[in-house]
Amino acid sequence: MSDALLFDWVIPGLKSFIVIFMVLNLAAVLLWIERKGSALIQNRVGANRASILGILPFNVGFLNTLVADPLKLFTKEEFVPDGADKFVHSIAPFLALFPAVVTMVAVPFGDTVEIMGRTVELQAVRLDVGVLYVSALVSMGVFGVALAGWASNNRWALLGSIRGSAQMISYELAMGVALVSMILFFGTLDLQAMVRQQAGLFLGVLPNWGIFYQPVAFIIIFTAGIAESKRVPFDLPECESELIAGYFTEYSGGKQASFMLADFAESVMVAGLVTTLFFGGWQVPYVTSGQGLQLPGMASPLVLPALAVTLMQVGTFMIKVLFFCWLQILIRWTVPRFRYDQLMNLGWKGMVPIALANLILTALGILLWGDMA
Amino acid sequence: MSPFLFYPLATMSVIFALSVVLAKSPVRSALGLVAVMAILAVQFAFLQAHLLAALQIIVYAGAIMVLFLFVITLLNLESDRGIGEKPKLSAIGFGAGAVVAGGLALAMLGVVEPAARAVALPEGFGTTAVLARQMFNRYFVAFELTSILLLVAVVGSVVLAKRTAAENSEGVTGA
Repeated sequence: MSDALLFDWVIPGLKSFIVIFMVLNLAAVLLWIERKGSALIQNRVGANRASILGILPFNVGFLNTLVADPLKLFTKEEFVPDGADKFVHSIAPFLALFPAVVTMVAVPFGDTVEIMGRTVELQAVRLDVGVLYVSALVSMGVFGVALAGWASNNRWALLGSIRGSAQMISYELAMGVALVSMILFFGTLDLQAMVRQQAGLFLGVLPNWGIFYQPVAFIIIFTAGIAESKRVPFDLPECESELIAGYFTEYSGGKQASFMLADFAESVMVAGLVTTLFFGGWQVPYVTSGQGLQLPGMASPLVLPALAVTLMQVGTFMIKVLFFCWLQILIRWTVPRFRYDQLMNLGWKGMVPIALANLILTALGILLWGDMA
Repeated sequence: MSPFLFYPLATMSVIFALSVVLAKSPVRSALGLVAVMAILAVQFAFLQAHLLAALQIIVYAGAIMVLFLFVITLLNLESDRGIGEKPKLSAIGFGAGAVVAGGLALAMLGVVEPAARAVALPEGFGTTAVLARQMFNRYFVAFELTSILLLVAVVGSVVLAKRTAAENSEGVTGA
């Protein structure tokens, strides 16, 4: 294989494949974690009726959602209601799923590796405008929701979709302002550069993560992220006690599965974004690439092989992402749903002013002490 | 940008642009426009103008088109009733279209020299830093004037909306 073919096509293709494969699979695993986790929280057994043709003597909980649920969903009848716009009804699930899945390609999952003497970034696409790419795709997510409800020819679906798009647009604002303060803080739009700046130590003991400098922005971006993915306590667009199932009331089978998958993929995306901006991305605490482990108080670093450091970094990134996915599930089953006026008040009267104040304080801080870079 | 990428993308954007005009349902027209914006963004990205691509999606596809879609779905606009209903307007439309098409044809055939010629890209073209430097140095006054213009438009539309509402309520009490 020639070098050009390898480095221009094979490696970038492989990296994109790995990231998208990871997002889709993690979304499916999250479905299982969610069902079993909610059962744990609510003190019940949870999904426990999956066994291969009844042959296995025990139930295999994992099979439930990884094999049985998709099989069940994709073998169900695809139903399009009377008087619905068939074309728009069919493409809405894809418009919801696509942005959620491809956002992660801009998020770095490791430092660099050497392949045949060349340095390869462990990031599917290194974009100069990484943060803007993420926020662009987040804003595209509205289309799936808005069109699904409109095309269903069902009032509850339409109400759900209007709620959903109003909510997503409102929280995008707070999220955008908080992202601007992070851009100011790091002095770059490049996500990989942001992660590199979080190397080293904060106050000599703690890892040098963004959360210690920008806790307010973290709370705003994480909350707005949960609101963007339309999960409890922000699941007003679905709200089964009022709107049947909200914007995807009229969806069944594989299309409904796509909406579900999109929700979980958005959770993964929010976890990835928060990890990258505030928790050092792939940075392992006290481990520097090229040097090795150095705990505070150690005179000289414990040298580790480069491959071990790389594997530790990718693993750390995965652990952090999984932690925030789990945290979102925990929040979902702990906090009750907001009322719609509370939701709007929180967004417009709470989070937007706080984000703006945080932005001004960040700008002042940078004026006084300079940014991270 | 390789012609193998440009021609398929350009053909797709022309098809979607036609669907904006020809689609019977307003929502499908709006969707066609979203697709045109998205393909434009893809073309910017292939031309190394990543910032422009991201802004194209954020501003046009993500903000303006969502607003369009909102208005269309909330007002529940009727499907298009055909082109023959407003002969004067369609005559103006066809005239303007013919002028633009003619101009393009003349330029493509080489009868008229286009004002801009292809030039080599400067260092760091399309990156945020270079664009920001241009915007906040060389084009700073124009940039700020544009933002004032937008502010004036926003204030003006609010004033107009308020006046209509006030007149309407007066009309109700008068009756």
